[in-house]
Amino acid sequence: MLDGRSLVKRTAGLRLWLSAGWIAALVIGAVFAPWIAPQDPLMQDLFTSRLPPFWMDGAEPGYWLGTDSLGRDVLSRILYGGRVALIVALIAGTATALIGATLGLIAGYFRGWADMVISRLVDIWMAFPPVLFAILLIAVMGTGLTSVVVAIIVIDWTRFARVVRAEAMAQGAMDYVASAQVAGRGRMSTLLTEILPNVLSTIAVLLTLEMGIAVIVEAILSFVNLSVSTDDPTWGGMIAEGRLSIHQAWWVLVFPLVALFLTVLSFSQLGEGLKDRFDPVLN
Amino acid sequence: MSYLRIRDLSVVLRGTRHRLLRDVSLDVSATEVMGLVGESGAGKSMIGKAVLGILPRSARIVSGSIELDGVDLLTLPPRKRRTLVGRKAALIPQDPLTALNPARRIEPQITDRLVDILGWDRARARTRAAEILHDVHIPQPDRVLRAYPHELSGGMRQRVLIASAFAAEPRLIVADEPTTALDVTVQKQILKLIFEMQARHETALLFVTHDLGVVSKICQRLTVLYGGLVMEEAEVGAFFDAPQHPYSRALLAATPRHTDPDADLTPVPDAVIAEARRAVAEADLRWHT
Amino acid sequence: MFLRRLLSRIATTLVTLFGVAVIVFAVIRIVPGDPVAMMLPPGATEADIARLQAFYGLDKSIPEQFFIWLGGVVQGDFGTSITTRQPVLGLVLSRLPATLELSVMALVIAVALGGLVALTGTRLRYTRTEGALDVANGMALSVPDFLWGLVLILLFGVLWPVFTISGRVSPNLAPEFATSFFLFESVVRLRFDLWLDLVQHMLMPALALAIPLAAIIGQLLKQSLKETMHLDYVTLARTKGYSENHVILREALRNAVLPTLTLIGVQFTFLIGGTVIIERLFSYEGLGNMAIDAVINRDLPLIQGIVLLFALLFTMVNLAVDLLYAVLNPRLRHA
Repeated sequence: MLDGRSLVKRTAGLRLWLSAGWIAALVIGAVFAPWIAPQDPLMQDLFTSRLPPFWMDGAEPGYWLGTDSLGRDVLSRILYGGRVALIVALIAGTATALIGATLGLIAGYFRGWADMVISRLVDIWMAFPPVLFAILLIAVMGTGLTSVVVAIIVIDWTRFARVVRAEAMAQGAMDYVASAQVAGRGRMSTLLTEILPNVLSTIAVLLTLEMGIAVIVEAILSFVNLSVSTDDPTWGGMIAEGRLSIHQAWWVLVFPLVALFLTVLSFSQLGEGLKDRFDPVLN
Repeated sequence: MSYLRIRDLSVVLRGTRHRLLRDVSLDVSATEVMGLVGESGAGKSMIGKAVLGILPRSARIVSGSIELDGVDLLTLPPRKRRTLVGRKAALIPQDPLTALNPARRIEPQITDRLVDILGWDRARARTRAAEILHDVHIPQPDRVLRAYPHELSGGMRQRVLIASAFAAEPRLIVADEPTTALDVTVQKQILKLIFEMQARHETALLFVTHDLGVVSKICQRLTVLYGGLVMEEAEVGAFFDAPQHPYSRALLAATPRHTDPDADLTPVPDAVIAEARRAVAEADLRWHT
Repeated sequence: MFLRRLLSRIATTLVTLFGVAVIVFAVIRIVPGDPVAMMLPPGATEADIARLQAFYGLDKSIPEQFFIWLGGVVQGDFGTSITTRQPVLGLVLSRLPATLELSVMALVIAVALGGLVALTGTRLRYTRTEGALDVANGMALSVPDFLWGLVLILLFGVLWPVFTISGRVSPNLAPEFATSFFLFESVVRLRFDLWLDLVQHMLMPALALAIPLAAIIGQLLKQSLKETMHLDYVTLARTKGYSENHVILREALRNAVLPTLTLIGVQFTFLIGGTVIIERLFSYEGLGNMAIDAVINRDLPLIQGIVLLFALLFTMVNLAVDLLYAVLNPRLRHA
């Protein structure tokens, strides 16, 4: 009998493969962008402005997804924009995970005043609107890759700290931790050998989800023109431009939007997939 | 003329051919107390659930009939069946701690059936609720009506549930092991109360239990089940004098007597179990072919 | 018991707000470049600069500046906007109603949509429809409001342009309002022409904000509804003659709502945070849009004021939900 549960389960594998496939394609596209991109993403040419994508009348060969109002090739800009998105996802995601998880482990395992300070900080952080906080930080630090990465770490470390703290607390209460300590092991060595391996799967799930969030935060920042730089092509920047010429050239908005949408969705699906894999209770 | 008439009722585990009830036939007349006895898993609760239409999703009725007051419930459309059962039958559930909605006060939980299914007006239903609480010996009925379930003790809640079951004057009560979740000291009072209410309202009562001692006290007839199959059906007096089926005899020997609680108990012998199993297998053989 | 809980919650809220003030102040202090120099014409003298610095209190030590500023904030003096030279409090309060109305409308949509998904899913549990609903819900959950906003702009602004995707109200109607609570005012004055125009502008940004929250509500509420449907009092209600719909709505819903409620509290603050970018996207004249302009113009007092107001709003929502939870849960109330 085919019931609701089985539909979700049956498509889970498929969705996971599609997500992994899209991310893989994106990574390849980004790494080899200089070789595959059909055009220079920065080259403006007013004679080729607002060319439609290849299947429409008036399209020019070599400009597969059309051009924007300055005549720049949309496909090439998406490929180069993917570079920015993935670099931010990788660096900001990993750094956020490292910092947030470390604080979470300290708070959850050592408790005491460290826990009090970190938990209080988390509370304070929860009172900030994250997007506004990020924009404010960029405004203060100036645009650039470092600023974007720092902004993401600053606004999102609590996401890791909260979950890892709770997990570390739960693990700390387990018998095997007590027995490790009875055996005379130090606090630090117990933390590294007993607690950390057990929270790694949680961190991996959160990291995957965080990469999707980093991509979207970067897109939002470049949408308000506060990302890596005003010259480099970014998906958010393309979307902002496309938003303005939406009635004349929809493709300038739609293609980067699709790329962003699929990337965010894929990271999220991968994260959920990992969660199901690691958490036997859910299955 | 029996008020509840079950014929050849078979219930299977959904998606399999494994039967949970095997051609069960049963009659309960209008004012009779019928005990349904068996070990856990014998299917005794399943019968009550099938009558009331609350079988779990995993169980499915595949054949047989259930007639309530001369109407075959299984051929009725679901909506008609629900309201008919709501009017004519009621359940006294097993666990009073979970059978009352924690978010609702006691009053609507007693009066909702009167108002929504029987169409009474609220004032009349409220008067009736206070009256029926008084009948089950609850002091200060008005205070209890305003209370939330967690403000009442387990014994009080079971009284409320008994009151709620009898409030709409149903003709059949299904009591599904109504005392197992209660404190031993309260059990006796609750049993006495159920019997007292049954006698006063002259209803039919289907009493599901694993306790033959209780059956000997309050039931007129009993049905013994094993593996979803009826082993024996008899008058209580005759049964306790001379049980016919070997399984019944073994079950009786395994039950502590209230008259002589220190007497040695004999566990049901393997040979008897084997014979009961053979009966089940034979019934399945007939059913499958 | 209840009072103690209330007092301790208020105390922690105050600590949080103080922390927020410290951080906002600290972040703004590290800004490179002298905001005063940017405000003056190129030929300004040293004396002019000093005078203006004194005016903004920038000549004092950092802790001194903080407490002078905080003292002002507590009395409702958020300083003066650098770009408009108007008091920050007035500017911020003039935009707050727009953001509040948008957030509340989004919340209402999210609750309605999420509730509908949960109830439908519960009613049709173990069927294909439930499975399809779960998959769709999962997608809605993993895509943030910013992207839903863009998708809605494409769908209902371009492909099938039935909604206005820019602004809060048609410019010719703006002078009709006496207060800044346009939506509320239009209802109170029974001006349904105005109301329709407002809703036509607000629906898309509100929907963009609502979709992820609706998905979360749908998921959690359905889960707790399904758990509740197995409980004895639900089974007992079935024996009374009630239909499946009735049992879900009257017996199960009230108990299943409680865990969802706390979640809605936290998620509602996320939703309010989302207005910043959604307002920008839909050119909606609220606080968030003003905040981004302020950041671009480096209007520090204005940014401080807006961030503080958001923080205040967030902590108040959390506090309110906490108390609401205590009031609604009869066990907690009587214990």
